[in-house]
Amino acid sequence: MARRYRSALSDPAAARWLLIAVTLGFLGVFLLLPLVIVFVQAFLQGVGTYWRALADADTRAAIRLTLLTAAIAVPLNTLFGVAAAWTVAKFEFPGKNLLTTLIDLPFSVSPVISGMVFVLLFGAQGWFGPWLSEHDIKIVFALPGIVLATTFVTFPFVARELIPLMQAQGTEEEQAAMTLGAGGLRTFWHVTMPNIRWGLFYGVLLCNARAMGEFGAVSVVSGHIRGFTNTLPLHVEALYSDPGEYSAAFAVSSLLALLGFVTLMLKNFLEWRHGDELAALRGKG
Amino acid sequence: MTTAILPSAAAMSATAPALSASDTRPPRGVLPGFGISLGFTLSYLSLLVLIPLAALFLRVAGLGPAGIWHELGSPRVLHALGLSFGGALAAAAINSVFGTLIAWTFVRYEFPLKKIFHAMIDLPFALPTAVAGIALTALYSEHGWLGAPLAQLGIKVAYTPLGVIIAMVFIGLPFVVRTLEPVLEEFEPQFEEVAATLGASRRQTIARVIFPTLVPALLTGTALAFARAVGEYGSIIFIAGNLQNISEIAPLLIMIRLDEFNYGGATVIAAAMLILSFAILFGINVLQAWSRRHG
Repeated sequence: MARRYRSALSDPAAARWLLIAVTLGFLGVFLLLPLVIVFVQAFLQGVGTYWRALADADTRAAIRLTLLTAAIAVPLNTLFGVAAAWTVAKFEFPGKNLLTTLIDLPFSVSPVISGMVFVLLFGAQGWFGPWLSEHDIKIVFALPGIVLATTFVTFPFVARELIPLMQAQGTEEEQAAMTLGAGGLRTFWHVTMPNIRWGLFYGVLLCNARAMGEFGAVSVVSGHIRGFTNTLPLHVEALYSDPGEYSAAFAVSSLLALLGFVTLMLKNFLEWRHGDELAALRGKG
Repeated sequence: MTTAILPSAAAMSATAPALSASDTRPPRGVLPGFGISLGFTLSYLSLLVLIPLAALFLRVAGLGPAGIWHELGSPRVLHALGLSFGGALAAAAINSVFGTLIAWTFVRYEFPLKKIFHAMIDLPFALPTAVAGIALTALYSEHGWLGAPLAQLGIKVAYTPLGVIIAMVFIGLPFVVRTLEPVLEEFEPQFEEVAATLGASRRQTIARVIFPTLVPALLTGTALAFARAVGEYGSIIFIAGNLQNISEIAPLLIMIRLDEFNYGGATVIAAAMLILSFAILFGINVLQAWSRRHG
């Protein structure tokens, strides 16, 4: 009886080891190998080739464009995320559930479609196309289009981390601050902000990783001009489609893989160190 | 809804109307900034997301039924849509099985290097898709680390629908694992103890006690993985090879139509993708509500 009781509570050792083997095998094949092969291919033709690929003028232009795009899109979406979370978490109003659903909308739209909608609006055959060309303003196939597409794709990241967090925290602390005479902005900076800073950082981190790595949406609105409208991921594609630059494609990829690696480290550090404050986020991916 | 009324000046601002004794409406809340933050949220959402998406559907409506069918009915378009949705379903099914096993292993067992492997689960979120795409292609191409041994077994992955599914599995895995983990962590061992004392075998306990509590989260995770895979572009196009009527996915066909300046064709495929995805996600929501009631 005792033996049967134990076997009914925990899994047999054989099943346990089989599951661990399946897990490690699956993660090894699907996650570890792709990461490893990027660095192996990048250094295949030696360190010299690797550095030449990174020091190339077009690569440096792509790095600048990627940084510039993220530097515009991420703060915009951070501001939006804080405003949206403040609205949804601290107030009651009709249509709140609909608003929350609409904020998540860009996650279920293909990146290619996310970029395409801006071509339909601002492209040569788009709604505003003729007016824009009359006034000599370029949006599509230029920086504004790349920023718009990136902002669309990374739109929900900060908001969706902050909304559950601020909902869980309620409004009592802010009310107390205001009873004691603090103004609105002061309450926000000294009461709300310290409570949400790690959740905010978490959202900004994921938003930034996607902004710098976005490919599909940016691919639609970029003119694919090397040295001008190619972001780092687009530069990887351009190098990859050139048989002579195969290794260079992986060298540039290794920069982006490094960005992904640092993002993962920070994300896990935040979950480990500030897990309690982020508890409302668990299961949100 | 909070009911406390504070005598602060900010609470009396126009956005949070002050209540007099005769005013019986419930207060909006006492915190300031409702008007400005709601206004900013709605304008930003409308300008950046809603109006551009509306433009897409207006453009499709302008084509008329005959025009829409002309663009949608071609075998090439139907094949691309079939591959994107069929592949995403297959990948979501694979992820629901392996994702459940992986989440179970991480929550219940201890093993060497567990923390490092656990940290890696989110890699598909963090690794730019173009990098994942060329890395998978290098792995599965004919002379790749995995492609060469598979080719000896007669299995071709790169430039086939199988390659498309492999990339979709990669991109969807974290959704299932990350959605299931918190549910498994919160599962009370008492339920298992009760089942065991009542004479249930381990297999019965898992099938009848543990699994039913996982179903709603499993559906959510699988739906998220599916939605991501349907629209995925960057990690797929390199390994797919994009052979017409074989391994050409719908987002790539949109890209091709745009390059041909056939905006009508591109918008019809895009609208079909959006409507189908939302219908399927809605169906999963209904299924989830049903399983919560009958779980």
